[in-house]
Order: sequence, then structure tokens, then C-alpha cells
Amino acid sequence: MSKLLSEKTKQVFLVPLSKNNPITVQVLGICSALAVTAKLEPALVMGLSVTIIVAFSNLIISLLRNTIPNRIRIIVQLVVVASLVTIVSEFLKAYAYDISVQLSVYIGLIITNCILMGRLEAFAMANNPWESFVDGFGNGFGYAWILVVVAFFRELLGSGTLLGFKVIPHSFYEAGYANNGLMILPPMALIIVACVIWVHRARNKELQEK
Amino acid sequence: MNTNSNSYTLIYATVMVVIVALTLAFVSGALKDTQNKNVKVDKKKQILSSLLIDTKDQDAEALYTKYITTALTINSNAEIISDNKDEAFDIDVNKELAKKLEERKLPIYVANVDGKVKYIIPLRGTGLWGPIWGYIALNEDKSTIFGANFSHASETPGLGAEISLPAFQSEFIGKSILNDKNEFVSIAVMKAGQTTDKQDQIDGISGGTITSKGVEKMLLNCIGQYEKYLKTIDGGAKK
Repeated sequence: MSKLLSEKTKQVFLVPLSKNNPITVQVLGICSALAVTAKLEPALVMGLSVTIIVAFSNLIISLLRNTIPNRIRIIVQLVVVASLVTIVSEFLKAYAYDISVQLSVYIGLIITNCILMGRLEAFAMANNPWESFVDGFGNGFGYAWILVVVAFFRELLGSGTLLGFKVIPHSFYEAGYANNGLMILPPMALIIVACVIWVHRARNKELQEK
Repeated sequence: MNTNSNSYTLIYATVMVVIVALTLAFVSGALKDTQNKNVKVDKKKQILSSLLIDTKDQDAEALYTKYITTALTINSNAEIISDNKDEAFDIDVNKELAKKLEERKLPIYVANVDGKVKYIIPLRGTGLWGPIWGYIALNEDKSTIFGANFSHASETPGLGAEISLPAFQSEFIGKSILNDKNEFVSIAVMKAGQTTDKQDQIDGISGGTITSKGVEKMLLNCIGQYEKYLKTIDGGAKK
């Protein structure tokens, strides 16, 4: 047990949540952060799916790391990620059809998420399976919480709903309040991500470039 | 072992590909039946929701048997080819659309809701990123829309994807696809503020113009195939 909760493993899990966040610090996975954050629900499911897939592909690559020929290592990583994504998508189609219809292209898009390749290449290729697995969860959650924050503001201000429920009272609209259509469009996601990065850097002075 | 030699790399890649292919083929094969069943149930749910029947948490199969009395297969000349319910259900509308108009087999579902006959026409078209489809239910007069249901594969959430929401679909209720002179005019999907006096219209989706236009084109193309059938009632021409 002591190994499971060692100081290093804890750091591996906690650092990607804030100090080395994949979106706000490494600026990876931005494309999907723009695409799936117009509504809160797809953002939540996307965050969860990416977390599961990055954790398990990290684990598999870490187990294979000493056998992988150096010259085709990127291809091996891609094949592992692509097969995991395909299997997850097939299972969703068979046992959670409604969710798979709702997510449609997003599941396939997980393959193109730079965080996956980034973690496999930078961490799983050089660390033991357990730490790689934890690192996958840490980075997945680090990615997911930024997505949820962005989607929260976009859905609230753009559609006046949260998870599909109306939260802005009817009387507001009668008083002249209008939903901001720009919030639903991709550029606004970029601006909100930038605001999150701004706040994050203001609070963590060591992240600022000298 | 030297993991950088050419032969090791080749063998590694080959073995990896074979293992992955076998795994994927096995998963796909094992889940195929469940998936196909889901697709069929989902199709029935979509047909039912064009009749404004809520299928949530209910047995869609039973509801389908209850409401859909029969399904016809007709051709563009309004001649009935078959009245087998399952045969019409299994027609792949996309494949039919690729054929010449005269050769197409056109499925039409006949439903009975509270004693009234409804006709349901399947729709297939393209949106901005991928296919869009739906079902439109017409009243006994074969012109007034009773309800509509649209789905999409990959339209933008918050924009084009709004076509699958009740707010958009309920706009169609009560509109007519035939004009006063019994001519087929379909429905126009227009920018809010624009008007047309030639046909009935509904408001498109702001920011989802291409998807909205896709719906308009889909209605025109797909309902248009049934033009002759819709203009007649029980074999005789409408006045």
C-alpha cells in the first residue's frame, strides 16, 4: 500500500490538475475544448471518456514500453489509442445506444486529442505501469474540469440553461435580457479558455514567463 | 534483444496488427446483434416520436405494434408494390434515393392515433457536416403536418443540432405541404423576418443556416417522391 500512495504518485496525480494542466499550461487538446463545450452534457461525457482512454492507453503502452521498437513507437501508440477508442465506441453502441447517438463524432475525435499522444510519448514510455495509469487519470481530470468550466459559462450565457434545464427565470427575458448568441460559437470558447489561463497564471506566479 | 533491428520492427508491427485486428473483429462480431437491435428500436422510436408519442422509458416495440397499423411500399406513380409491414420497414431509404425515381421503392407508414389515420414519410438528406434524417407525419388529408422528428449524425451542438429539439420540430405542426390548388409546394425554412407567400414557412435556426437549408431540401426531395400518392385519396384524385 505504501507504494500506491507514495509522495511521487500523489504528485503525478495532482500536478496535472493545476500546475501542469494539459489545457491551461501545456495548451494541448484545445480543438476538442472548442468543439464540445457549447453544452455542459457533452463536455462532461467527453471529459470522462478521455480520462478513461488516456488512463488505459497509458497503462498498456507502459507495459509494452521495453519491447516497442523506437522507430515505430508513434505508430504503436496510435494503434493502441485507436483500438481502445473503437472498442469503447462499439460497447456504447451495444449497451448505451442513446448516449452513443448523442456523442456521435466526439468519440472518434478522442483519437485526435493531443493529450493522449503527449502523455504516451512523454510519460508512459519512461515510467512504470502504475504511475502511468495514475498520470492518465490526473491528466484526464485536469482536461475534464477545464472543459466543464468553459461549458458551464457557454451554456449558461449562450442558451440560458444548464444540462438542458432552464435556469434563467422567464422574468429576466421579459425585462429585456437576451441570450448571447456569440457564446455558442467556437471563438467564445477560445476567449473563455484564455480567461481561465489568465486567472490561473495570476494565481500561480511561478507559471509566468520571466 | 536488439529492438531496433529491421526484422524485429517488421515482426513487431505484423504481430501487433494481427492481434489488434483479431480483437476488434471479435468485439465487433460479438456485439453486432445487440447493436442491430438497438438501431431498429431507435428507428421505431423516431417513427413514433413523429406522431408526438413520448417513447421515453417505454417499450418502443409494443407501442410501434399498437400505433403503426400497416406500412406500404409504393412507387413514384402511387402504385402499391407491397403492404408487408416488415418489408417496408427494412427498406434502406438511402439506397433507394440513389436509384432513378421510377425504380425507387418508397416506404410509407400508416398509423392510427386515437381513431385518426396518419401517414408517415421517411426523410433523408445532408446537413453541414453529415447526414440528417427524420420522419414526418401527415394528417388524413395527406397535406397538413401532424408532427415531425429530425435527427442528425454530426451537426454542431447549439447550432445545426437544434433541429433534433422539440422547439424546432413543433414549428412544423399544422403547416401544409400542398397549397390551395392541390399542388406540392413543400415547406420553406426561412431566416426569421423573411416571408414567402407561395408556401408555408417556418423559422430556420440562427447560426445553423446550412443545416436549416438542408432540412428544407430534404423535405422537398423526399416528400416530392410521394407527390402523386399524396394528391390522391383512396385511388381517386382530390378535387
